[in-house]
Amino acid sequence: MMFDPGILFSSVLNGLTTGAVYALIALGLTLIYGVLHIINFAHGASLMLALYAVYMLKERFGMDPYLALPLVVPGMFALGYALQRVIINRASHGKDENILLVTLGISIVMENAALLFFKSDTRTIDTAYTLTTIPIGPAMIALPKLVAFAGALVVSGVLLWIVGKTDLGRAIRAVAKEKHGAKLMGIDVDHVYAMSFGIGLACLGAAACFLLPAYYVNPQVGGGFVLVAFTVVVLGGMGSFGGALIGGLLVGVVESLGGLYLGESLGQIGIFVIFIGVLLFRPQGLFGAKV
Amino acid sequence: MTRALLTINGLSKSFGGLKAVQHVSLSVPQGSLTALIGPNGAGKTTLFALMSGFLKPDSGSVHFDGVDITGRAPHINAVHGMTRTFQIVQPFASQTVRENIAVGAHLHIKNRQAALLAAERIAAQVGLLKQIDQPAGELTVAGRKRLELARALATQPRLLLLDEVLAGLNPQEIAEMIPVVRGIADSGITVLMIEHVMQAVMNLAAHVWVLAQGQLIAQGSPSEVTHNEKVVEAYLGHGTAARLRAAELARTPA
Amino acid sequence: MNSTLKELGSIVLFVAVVACVPLVTDSGVTLNFVMMALYAALLAQAWNILGGFGGQFSFGHALFFGTGAYIQAIAQLQFGLNPWLALALAVTGSAAIGLGVGGLTFRYGLKGSYFALVTLAFAEVFRILALSVPFTGAGVGLMIPLSESFANMQFASRKGYLYLMLGFVAAALLVTWWLKHSRFGAYLQAVRDNEDAARAIGVNPFNVKLGAIGLSGALMGAGGAFYVQVFQYIDPGIAFGPGTSVEALVAAIVGGIGTLWGPVLGAVVLHVLADITRNMFGQLPGINMVIYGVVLVLIVMFLPRGIGGIAASVKSFFSKRGKP
Repeated sequence: MMFDPGILFSSVLNGLTTGAVYALIALGLTLIYGVLHIINFAHGASLMLALYAVYMLKERFGMDPYLALPLVVPGMFALGYALQRVIINRASHGKDENILLVTLGISIVMENAALLFFKSDTRTIDTAYTLTTIPIGPAMIALPKLVAFAGALVVSGVLLWIVGKTDLGRAIRAVAKEKHGAKLMGIDVDHVYAMSFGIGLACLGAAACFLLPAYYVNPQVGGGFVLVAFTVVVLGGMGSFGGALIGGLLVGVVESLGGLYLGESLGQIGIFVIFIGVLLFRPQGLFGAKV
Repeated sequence: MTRALLTINGLSKSFGGLKAVQHVSLSVPQGSLTALIGPNGAGKTTLFALMSGFLKPDSGSVHFDGVDITGRAPHINAVHGMTRTFQIVQPFASQTVRENIAVGAHLHIKNRQAALLAAERIAAQVGLLKQIDQPAGELTVAGRKRLELARALATQPRLLLLDEVLAGLNPQEIAEMIPVVRGIADSGITVLMIEHVMQAVMNLAAHVWVLAQGQLIAQGSPSEVTHNEKVVEAYLGHGTAARLRAAELARTPA
Repeated sequence: MNSTLKELGSIVLFVAVVACVPLVTDSGVTLNFVMMALYAALLAQAWNILGGFGGQFSFGHALFFGTGAYIQAIAQLQFGLNPWLALALAVTGSAAIGLGVGGLTFRYGLKGSYFALVTLAFAEVFRILALSVPFTGAGVGLMIPLSESFANMQFASRKGYLYLMLGFVAAALLVTWWLKHSRFGAYLQAVRDNEDAARAIGVNPFNVKLGAIGLSGALMGAGGAFYVQVFQYIDPGIAFGPGTSVEALVAAIVGGIGTLWGPVLGAVVLHVLADITRNMFGQLPGINMVIYGVVLVLIVMFLPRGIGGIAASVKSFFSKRGKP
């Protein structure tokens, strides 16, 4: 079934805009994995909470989602810091499975607490620019998506700058590489862990602000995002920032094209198939080190 | 000339740019107690992994009892009589000593009760009878080493590959372990041990191979090898040369 | 040996005691409660075989549940098969799916977090497929018509279902007991505790894990088939959704994984907790799962060996004191 090149182009562009947001989500996950070596199962649910936060700020206080960035991002950071410091840290007992279980538990609590408070209705917000579209070549791309694309890339850049050029970033990289050595150098490892987790969730805060105008929220969206985020991370290569960026864009495009050819539900299967396939046949992903 | 139980020919393995093992060939005679020595990072454990099937070689072959077993899976090798232990002990921590050993015994004993009983006998053989119902995680390092040994013995091996079974033991524990290893060899099991503890090598081994930087640089009787210039050079700087001379002096009758 | 027989005896005792419940009470509420607690116990025990004894944590165990459920429903609706025959197919089918997934993932050495994620991905794929395909009733789901008779595996009172589920639970208990006292079980636990060491002494980790996932899948599939018979309805969300996966997992962890009675204990505790919650807060959507999540977090933080672990610690404390 061949589509008109205009439709294809549009689909690819849309995929790229979604993909940029996926990349931002995956970057947070990569940071958490790279530093703490844990698979944060609560990543999707945390994004869902951030989306609800943005939603509430708009509905209750009329705050524009983009203007909500200075509130939501630090808020999510604080949540992440607290979660790591108070709960996750104490749950590991040295075994990876425990982290998996405790982040699973946290995600269950988040999702169902949201269900309790917000019910299961899908909610969207209306802004002045929700329906504006911008023509790019033959395609008409919704303005919020373009903003999302740009915003996600900017925030990703900021994240990479923090990790690459600041003192905190240096500490983070030290702990990621050699925890015990870093400790001996006087670095407060627990604090760095919590900071990293916090930054990881802060990325989600930013992603939520960019996502909601063009998307929607209900208590179950977390689940979908978790698997997509993980697919991006394993595709790009666990622990590789560049991989997360490229992986995100790739997955976004695949999802968009998959939806075009197979319809929305079946298109989603494409992502899972990639995920399973990568884990089975090339676990180091495109850019990661050999597992 | 006793027949060779294990023969490796031109075995090589590289990891990326690192040549871990380069064209190593040797022949382990049946019924012998032999040793593989060499400085840290020489590739000894890699060689064990290649022999027992944990790693596939880039080139070369492994023959066990005349059969080409190159790259054959470790559990199949165990079924045919080759068992290895690990340098860093790997107990089944949540299970008791008896249960640990029973897993090995099950290789040839299907019945659960019979395996648990056999485990008791083998525990006695290595001196772990007192702790037999303790969780393996509670054993001391020496205890875990004995457990590692016992578990391997339980598989009724023909060839036992011992990887630094004495590492981490204090002198008394070493002195207690040496007769155990000798006893195993005396019972007819062929033993090849990787060792750093020279006292044990001199005491136990009939033949020694020396590995350095992935290559076989010397072989012979313990005293031949320790007097070999190339070997001393390989170890130079680690103080072993002085220790070798002292050990030699200690063994020479006054 | 003594402990082997004693454990077998405890299973027999448990089954006998529970079997007496319908004889001493006619209360629908009580019978339903016991039946659902047993149902939860079955799911937990199924998970425990792969997770507790095999050491492979599956986050998508609903995959097997849903397979069993849909086979049970479709076999009756589409092929007119007798439900008991359908049950046999459901159990076999879910075991087969288990072997398939296991064959793929274990062949490529997936373990730990990656295994958990892949099982979740598989469950999601099946859920989406079930949603999209008319064969499974798509989003609407499937309903089997009411027709109460023993031959039709539908019972007028909860009593019949209770005995049916008790049978399944007894089977699961026996399988678990067998794992604790057999060579296969010893091999499985060895692979869980240290796969390389196990390989070195003759254990084939692939075969052993495959056997575990097959058994686990089969029992889980029985749970799915049971659900269809009791509620006469199945849809993709119930069949393959995270709810069932989580229920099985949390109950096993809370009770104590890798033990004989842990999953049963955990299932009962959680079921009681859910009941209390329902009485206190009514049918609030999601309140159950919030509690499950909180309990899971608390248990992992403070009682990683589960409630059953306390019992084990107490026992070993006293037995040490007793020794001269």
